[in-house]
Amino acid sequence: MSQIDLSIPEVSIREIRLGSITGYQGTAEDLVEKSCCGHPGNRGRGFSQCAGCSISKAACMVSLIQDAAVIIHGPVGCSSCLHEFEFTYLVNANPRRGIKDPTTRRMYSTNLKETDTVYGGARKLAAAIREVNERTEASAIFVLSSCASAIIGDDIESVCDEAEAEIGKPVVAIFCEGFKSTVWTTGFDAGYHGIVRKLVKPPVQKRKDVINVINFWGSDVFTKWFEPFGVKPNLITPFSTVDGLGHASEAIATVQICPTLGSYLGAALEQEFGVPEIKTAAPYGIIQTDRWFRELGKLLGKEDVAEEVIHQKKEEYLPKIEELRKKLKGVRAYVTAGSAHGHALLNIVGDLGMEAAGASVFHHDPKFDSGFEAADLLSRRVKDYGDVPNYNVCSKQEFEFVNVLNRIRPDILLARHGGITLWAAKLGIPALLVEDEQANMGYEGLVNYGEKVVDALENDEFVKNLSKHAINPYTDWWMEQSPDMFLKEAKKKEVV
Amino acid sequence: MGAGIIEQERFTCALGAMQSVVAIPKALPILHSGPGCGDNVSEFFSRNKGYAGGSTVPCTNFSEKEVVFGGINKLRELLENSYKILDSDLQVIFTGCTAGIVGDDVASVAEEFRDQGKPVVYVESPGFKSNNFVAHSAVVNAIIDQYVSGFENESTFRSRKNTVNLFASIPYQDLFWKGNLAEYKRLLEAVGLEVNILFGSESKGVKEWQQIPEANFNILVSPWYGLPIVEHLKDLYGQPFLQYPNMPIGANETEKFLNAVVAFAIENGADINELAVRKYLKKEDAAYYAEIEELATFLLEFRYGLPGYVHIIHDASYVLGLSKFLLNETGVIPKEQFIVDDTPEKFQQKIADELQSISEKRDIEVFFLPDAGRAQEKIKSLSHRGKGLIIGSGWDKKLADDRGFDFINAALPTDYRMVLNANYVGFSGGLRLIEDIYSGTLSKFA
Repeated sequence: MSQIDLSIPEVSIREIRLGSITGYQGTAEDLVEKSCCGHPGNRGRGFSQCAGCSISKAACMVSLIQDAAVIIHGPVGCSSCLHEFEFTYLVNANPRRGIKDPTTRRMYSTNLKETDTVYGGARKLAAAIREVNERTEASAIFVLSSCASAIIGDDIESVCDEAEAEIGKPVVAIFCEGFKSTVWTTGFDAGYHGIVRKLVKPPVQKRKDVINVINFWGSDVFTKWFEPFGVKPNLITPFSTVDGLGHASEAIATVQICPTLGSYLGAALEQEFGVPEIKTAAPYGIIQTDRWFRELGKLLGKEDVAEEVIHQKKEEYLPKIEELRKKLKGVRAYVTAGSAHGHALLNIVGDLGMEAAGASVFHHDPKFDSGFEAADLLSRRVKDYGDVPNYNVCSKQEFEFVNVLNRIRPDILLARHGGITLWAAKLGIPALLVEDEQANMGYEGLVNYGEKVVDALENDEFVKNLSKHAINPYTDWWMEQSPDMFLKEAKKKEVV
Repeated sequence: MGAGIIEQERFTCALGAMQSVVAIPKALPILHSGPGCGDNVSEFFSRNKGYAGGSTVPCTNFSEKEVVFGGINKLRELLENSYKILDSDLQVIFTGCTAGIVGDDVASVAEEFRDQGKPVVYVESPGFKSNNFVAHSAVVNAIIDQYVSGFENESTFRSRKNTVNLFASIPYQDLFWKGNLAEYKRLLEAVGLEVNILFGSESKGVKEWQQIPEANFNILVSPWYGLPIVEHLKDLYGQPFLQYPNMPIGANETEKFLNAVVAFAIENGADINELAVRKYLKKEDAAYYAEIEELATFLLEFRYGLPGYVHIIHDASYVLGLSKFLLNETGVIPKEQFIVDDTPEKFQQKIADELQSISEKRDIEVFFLPDAGRAQEKIKSLSHRGKGLIIGSGWDKKLADDRGFDFINAALPTDYRMVLNANYVGFSGGLRLIEDIYSGTLSKFA
């Protein structure tokens, strides 16, 4: 049964919707098996380090919309990460998305103070929306909740509805307070929940030549890929416009570059507006790329085009991939990522002839909102390339990661996110961080990524030198313990 | 007054003061807060993590359960295990909004562990309570009250006549804090003092903190933030303090600062060789102005447009220090200035007067705007003859670019500048800033 209910203001969190977990140590195959029969069981921790916040995930999906303004209804600290989105926007707008004059992001904090926690912050928020409306020409204003505004019980939804009636433009409440979910990617869902509820309009006319692509801010590989099929991408939500999002209901289909990101939006567009999702997971690795193009072809009634595309790509790229395989044979790679992009990297590891030494992903979704088993990249990975040992769900817990990395000592660390990559270098292990996830898709992505892996392995002088001088705050005792020492027994939960 | 909103924040919430602990060698912040607080705060400071900041920081990661039932037991377990997993000399527990609102009794937990001999301190730092300019003082005072107090011996108070405790840059909030603090220490040692610098690589860590009571007096370089620290130390140990209103940048201010310190030190019984001080200052001054002469030729003869005036968007200490320096030592005229550190109202007039005092022939208007978006609006509405220079945070780069101004990124937050241990304080800092300004100008020509 769908857990997407747009009649209520707040999104249902991933733990409840998808049975998502943040603590597990074992193997990929075991985790996939446990996920198939419901809830894999989450293991809590007796020690934990700073995790992540849903606010920044919601913020990255709404603040990069070209003509939106964002208000975070909380103390000033909850908005501390926003400058990074300003940078992300200005840096990527033109080179990756052809936006010639990117504008400064309009982002605000209601600056909640102690007195507001006593008397409530609703009036302050109402005044803030009015002021932002005067100060900007935004087409829509997003209001994000915080721990403080949630606990004091501000009725953000009502304030936004009243403001919307007053100023005559969408004011979208997004509930993404940090304490609500241990899986911070719930913030993506929260952002999308608000967008689908308030901005996406019923279709006026279906557009057979447009496919929604749920993505971050990587290079646009889709325009070129879709061309032979006679369709073009509607890249959402970063760099889209409020008006463009309104028409997302008119697309012929939705694809996503990562189900960790787009699970909720893809399913919501299908459920509410009948826009079908491409069921198979994103095109990382050869097998998955073939599946993906075939399904695209099927959906568009252009199976022959798909076969032609696959044929051409194999011809062009397989020899290059073979060269890379020779160079990378036997290289032991360890992966760290949020979740599904880790699975994508593990596919690439398999295709490039490397050995998957293990992985630390931040959380695990046993299923996705669409309910399609084919959307699960990890089960595909296990079937297509085999099991992955040392598969850990680590909630970005550095202490577990350092312990494991020190034990396994892989030849290279392949990372998706910042925060803990430094530890590879401290141990003298080359690390490669994905800076443009879309550039690693498909056959050309394998070549692109493979060349970077070769370079990272070759150019290891810096990390080797650093490791001789690295500071380590972890005790010798901890480095010798089993990495799951502080993971508690899994609690049995009812099957979702 | 508007709605009290803040656009483009230039400081963060009280929890941001965890960086003051990150800056003490081998000290460990521990958060009793929501799961995203540490990450958010770290991102404000561009991921600078020191010994055990960033993703290393232990945190109870409040979930709905702790919001409903309280998180004290979780905190206790976290602390116990922190000692097993991380090697640290001092632990400081910070509370976030969640812990603050649900009212967890963190003081008792800290006390329990202190009773077992653990060097643990706690600070109430919910984000709604204050910002990191204010909370920095709360953290330092908490360490003094809950940790340093354990090493106090009344007979040794103020026993080291030539030793001072220095409070100036707020670690990490001042982009140049490492270099600046190191430079203060070097300068003060050059005039015959010993310095407890307390933060950064020049600090001896907790051992140095233990010796705070023995210092003869304190120096505060700031027009307002940090004042509660030196007032507290005066109450506790009877240490008088010298307050200097701005960071001394360049020769004029550095000499003035050091002369004030030397006079204060002598007044308080320190043993200072005044002749040696004069000789030192004379030598530094001569070396400095030899460089300014090199600069002067360039300033007077460059044909293609140099910045003639400046808008600074920064904290009060920087706005004062930079304005004084730029006017007299580069000839760049301070026009409207913007103080974005949320200076409490009671200090504002004095700061405005200080700024005005730097020139008898010009009015220097100053705006106190924690809502820096308003500062930008104001700058967009202004127009002066010639080319402008903006000194501010990463947020201001685009504003400068759009106006065709030169730009120096000297404030947080920033994604456009890499700073390790450079300093803007002192003789060397002034010259460094000059290099930065005019290299920036020149790099834009064909």
